[in-house]
Amino acid sequence: MKGLSVSKIVTALMLAGLALLPLYSYLSGNIFILTLFTRIVILALAAASLNLIMGFGGMMSFGHAAYLGIGGYAVGMLAQEGVGSGWIQFPVALAASATYALVIGALSLRTRGVYFIMITLAFAQMAYYVASGLARYGGDDGLTVYKRSDFSGLINLGNRTQFYYLCLACLFGVIFLIWRIVNSRFGLVVQGLRSNEQRMQAIGFPAKRYQLVCFVISGTMCGLAGALLANNTDFVSPAVMYWTRSGDLMVMVILGGMGTLFGPVMGAVVYLLLEEVLSQITEYWALIMGPLLLLIVLFGRGGIMGLLGRVGRG
Amino acid sequence: MAEPLLRVEKLVRRFGGITATDNVSLDVAAGELHAIIGPNGAGKTTLISQLTGHLAPHAGSVSLGGRDITYLPAYRRCALGLARSFQITSLLLDFTAADNVALAAQAHAGTSFRFFANARKEKGLRDAAHAALDRVGLAHRADVLVSKLSHGERRQVELAVALASKPKILLLDEPMAGLGVTESQGMVKLLQELRKEVSIVLVEHDMPAVFALADRISVLVYGRVIASGDPDAIRANEDVKRAYLGDQHVVTHHG
Repeated sequence: MKGLSVSKIVTALMLAGLALLPLYSYLSGNIFILTLFTRIVILALAAASLNLIMGFGGMMSFGHAAYLGIGGYAVGMLAQEGVGSGWIQFPVALAASATYALVIGALSLRTRGVYFIMITLAFAQMAYYVASGLARYGGDDGLTVYKRSDFSGLINLGNRTQFYYLCLACLFGVIFLIWRIVNSRFGLVVQGLRSNEQRMQAIGFPAKRYQLVCFVISGTMCGLAGALLANNTDFVSPAVMYWTRSGDLMVMVILGGMGTLFGPVMGAVVYLLLEEVLSQITEYWALIMGPLLLLIVLFGRGGIMGLLGRVGRG
Repeated sequence: MAEPLLRVEKLVRRFGGITATDNVSLDVAAGELHAIIGPNGAGKTTLISQLTGHLAPHAGSVSLGGRDITYLPAYRRCALGLARSFQITSLLLDFTAADNVALAAQAHAGTSFRFFANARKEKGLRDAAHAALDRVGLAHRADVLVSKLSHGERRQVELAVALASKPKILLLDEPMAGLGVTESQGMVKLLQELRKEVSIVLVEHDMPAVFALADRISVLVYGRVIASGDPDAIRANEDVKRAYLGDQHVVTHHG
């Protein structure tokens, strides 16, 4: 063990901050911050799932927001049809995301590099237009979720604090799973494929099978984020699947540090907080955000985690 | 004569108008070290790639232990006991030497669809990796990232990776390429050891090494086998001398 490094300390502080946030919100009476951070935690979960295929697996998916929509629509559509139970909504959301990932993955993984980016983007845009066409479920205008998922009294999603902790538990759970996966036999194969596919074939691994399974795991995790997001906003619309959303997720991952466990969480926190703060200062906040991101990507190879690692080494 | 371990029959591969592999037939017996030599551009790597399944032939067949493997994908051939090293070192650079070798062992030790247990703590895989690294004399560098290893050390890792899959036959594509004199001598020594355990197909430019090691040599020129036989026969062969006009002294004076 190398002991305490700067990146470990910063990560620990960030996690402690996330865990104690409801306390701060309660003491200061600032309810808005809890709402904001619930959104941050959910999108951090989505970014973490994208990092599994992008950072560890080397598969640059530009259509990850599709799962946010699929998970969200699963919750919204079931609620609209009178199925309010979270015990049904969430499994359906995960199963739908997994199925979509299986089909999209099987088709997309026949391509490599920039073609893979384009085809995942194209499929996500297809999902976007399909959702826009769902007249029964609000079409373009989206679908209001009048009642949050009901977990038979076990946990009340209507309660801000409880809901926040549910999201945080999901985030930590997913990161724990990713940690186990990347160090498992399966994870080593997937990372080996990122590093050198030809070599992996030569020592006896059929590449696509492993990549596809990884793709499905990642999509399912993101579907969970989608189901939570619909509950958070009480609303789901095609806009959550729009390609700029997928881009946001990619930026979070790259900003925080690809292929690191907590990088995507860091990226999501920094990106969304910056967006929040800058948009209060000026409506042209994107003009400041853009160059800022450019600087980090240009000079901070490995994202924030990479920067912190270098600071730690002096 | 018993069924050869590896049999190549009338293999043909074209690239546009060029026939890179032109009706090549070869046999490699069990326990044999069969060297393939030839001038640059003779189609040696093209031939190896068809043996390993990275390139599909247009005609002909390849069989391993009597089983037709002509159209099997690379990973299936590997499972049947055919391992290769690459001419240009092709390793997982961001993995340690031990990880590289352990992955090869993992490919041959049960399913890799295990998602939870830490693979770096699997004793069987780690032991196999260290044994293979030890075999090539690199045990002391096991935990170094491959990107930090020297060229010679990487060649040794290549070999360890191939060994870790417990192959029946080893296809070595220029294992000496880019090695210094002492490193080359070390590699020759190592191959002399390994040949006791496994059949080897050796593609190599280093003539002294080839003539010191090979049981049989096949000479490839413009995609065609122009001669095949033991080192003495090849050394005396007129066609070979002509093909190697520039390098003639190499063929005749070493070994």
